[in-house]
Amino acid sequence: MLKPFKHLTAIAAPIDGPDMETDVLFPSRFLKKPLGPEYAEFLFHDLRFHADGTERADFILNQDPYRAASIIVAERNFGCGSAREGAVYSLVEYGVRVVIAPSFGDIFYFNCLTNGLLPIRLEAGPVAQLRRHVKELPGSPLGVDLEARTVTGPNDAKYPFEIDPSWRHRLMEGLDGVDVTLGHAAEIDAFEERYRADMAWLFNGDP
Amino acid sequence: MPKTMFDKIWDRHTVVGGGDGQSLLYISRHMVYDSSFHSFEFLKRRGLPVKRPDQTFATADHFVSTLGREISAIEDPESRHVVDLLHTNARDCGIPLIGLDDPRQGIIHVIGPELGIAQPGLLLVCADSHISTLGALGALAIGIGHAESTHVLATQTLWQNKPKLMRVTLAGTRPFGVTAKDIALAIVSTIGVSGASGHAIEFAGSTIRGLSMEERMTVCNMAIESGARVGMVAPDETTFAYLDDRPFAPRGTGRDRALAYWRTLPTDSDAGFDAEVSVDAGNIAPMVTWGITPGDALPINSTVPDPTAERDAESRTAMSQALEYMDLTPGARLTDIAIDRVFIGSCTNGRIEDLRAAAQVARCGRAVVPALVVPGSTPVKRQAEAEGLDRIFIDAGFEWRHSGCSLCVAINGDTCVPGERCASTSNRNYAHRQGRGVRTHLMSPAMAAAAALTGHLTDVRRLEGAGREC
Repeated sequence: MLKPFKHLTAIAAPIDGPDMETDVLFPSRFLKKPLGPEYAEFLFHDLRFHADGTERADFILNQDPYRAASIIVAERNFGCGSAREGAVYSLVEYGVRVVIAPSFGDIFYFNCLTNGLLPIRLEAGPVAQLRRHVKELPGSPLGVDLEARTVTGPNDAKYPFEIDPSWRHRLMEGLDGVDVTLGHAAEIDAFEERYRADMAWLFNGDP
Repeated sequence: MPKTMFDKIWDRHTVVGGGDGQSLLYISRHMVYDSSFHSFEFLKRRGLPVKRPDQTFATADHFVSTLGREISAIEDPESRHVVDLLHTNARDCGIPLIGLDDPRQGIIHVIGPELGIAQPGLLLVCADSHISTLGALGALAIGIGHAESTHVLATQTLWQNKPKLMRVTLAGTRPFGVTAKDIALAIVSTIGVSGASGHAIEFAGSTIRGLSMEERMTVCNMAIESGARVGMVAPDETTFAYLDDRPFAPRGTGRDRALAYWRTLPTDSDAGFDAEVSVDAGNIAPMVTWGITPGDALPINSTVPDPTAERDAESRTAMSQALEYMDLTPGARLTDIAIDRVFIGSCTNGRIEDLRAAAQVARCGRAVVPALVVPGSTPVKRQAEAEGLDRIFIDAGFEWRHSGCSLCVAINGDTCVPGERCASTSNRNYAHRQGRGVRTHLMSPAMAAAAALTGHLTDVRRLEGAGREC
């Protein structure tokens, strides 16, 4: 069961840099780690921490009030590259519930949705405005309303966004995809029977 | 209604939906690997069985030692544990396991085609983005997340929103010394690292038709570096011939039935695409990357670009940051960049043709920096050894290893020293990808071998002996 998402008003942190690869969100040496709260520490690890483990003061999530951010406002092509879902687990464990950017890596975008994290695509102009606002007014919260599909900026400016209706429904209800699909079990089984007959060469025993 | 190859395969596998929203797709074959332990953990928590173990294939590649084939050769206990977990999970769920000591073992995207698991017209998924490699056979191969992989394990289906379609057409004769890797890097630098976001790419045109299967795999492998989740090439006689006698490919009457289906797959002549890109292959030169995205690629005879010449502020900033990380000076010749290490391998360039190309250069000299050659699979390793390539590499001072992902993802114990500069045949050069502070230059196997012999980035076309007997 995922945490249902309807509305959120929270501190937002601007993350700088286009083409932020999932390698940067979640360095590969943590790929072997079992799931758990420790994942919060892995988020942006090499940007957040020096090699000796101390915090890098120059990184935004090490600065107050951004440290408490539950919303990230990023640049274009955020989460590109590797499919690694650890990037999303680490955002979730850190407490991030929404990522706003002009565009996302495709696999990352869907990994967010399947883990109950809301990725919001806005035009480059509005994202630049939001990034400026949250930099100029640190700690001034952003509002996100999934029901109304709007982001509200610090000056009450509203930015509408689009999301696939079925994904929106799943996020709002906290539905797990497997549960939804098991409701289609009869259709899947019927399809499978036909498919395995039509494509019999795939199923004629292993070499 | 004329259809694209993508649509034909998509429609063939649609269980529910078909409109603009999500479709529930039936998965032909699902690949799991050592990072899949999350997916099995989610499945266990739900108490669900694997619906179709016989349509699931497992092998370990990311965390495996390239020094030996025993699990005990994996020095790091956590890495050893996740490889163990794959073996245990596969056994518990009845999934065919291609274990570490199996003669068929290899990088999952190398063995998929090699064993004939990948075939035209199939819908294949794996929780690793470079599954796009398998699109070279005319399959629809989609990189997914671990939660999606759990969904596939439980239901043999996946909800997907249909991407837009982009056709990338390459025409023209590639010049001497230009490999599939150079084509792939040229495409990424043309489209940009997010230029194909939200799209599936079909690679087409006379240049693509003229590529071998393995070369097509290199091109499709790097589709993801343009932001596309899918890269594919229409199946043709090259594809059919490649699949002959592969262990999981059809034989006899099964092959006749399969062929009849495979021949229906190519895009109809008047089908439309959402985006079209053309690249003149005649203008491509051997490429290297200078920056920290795979799109930061230039012909080897270029100089390091100058941020002040960039038009917009965002590009100037990004380029300056890239050059700072890479420790490069604008205007410097790329061929003057000294390197500390060479890596030849990965799902991009770890196949037999890649090793042959590298060996042809390696035989003309001796490595002056540490150079690692890691075959993409155990069959590739055996084949290379049968051809004597291992001797060529070893005699030239290169290290010859067992197969695995190795220095491409750098989590198996093969590492660069922090701050080193690595000439690499892998697919990603993002900051810290090959280790903390490590600077990666992507290039073809021949170019990487040339760099090993000279100690700096080198135009392989100018190297004594390249392309000739030496």
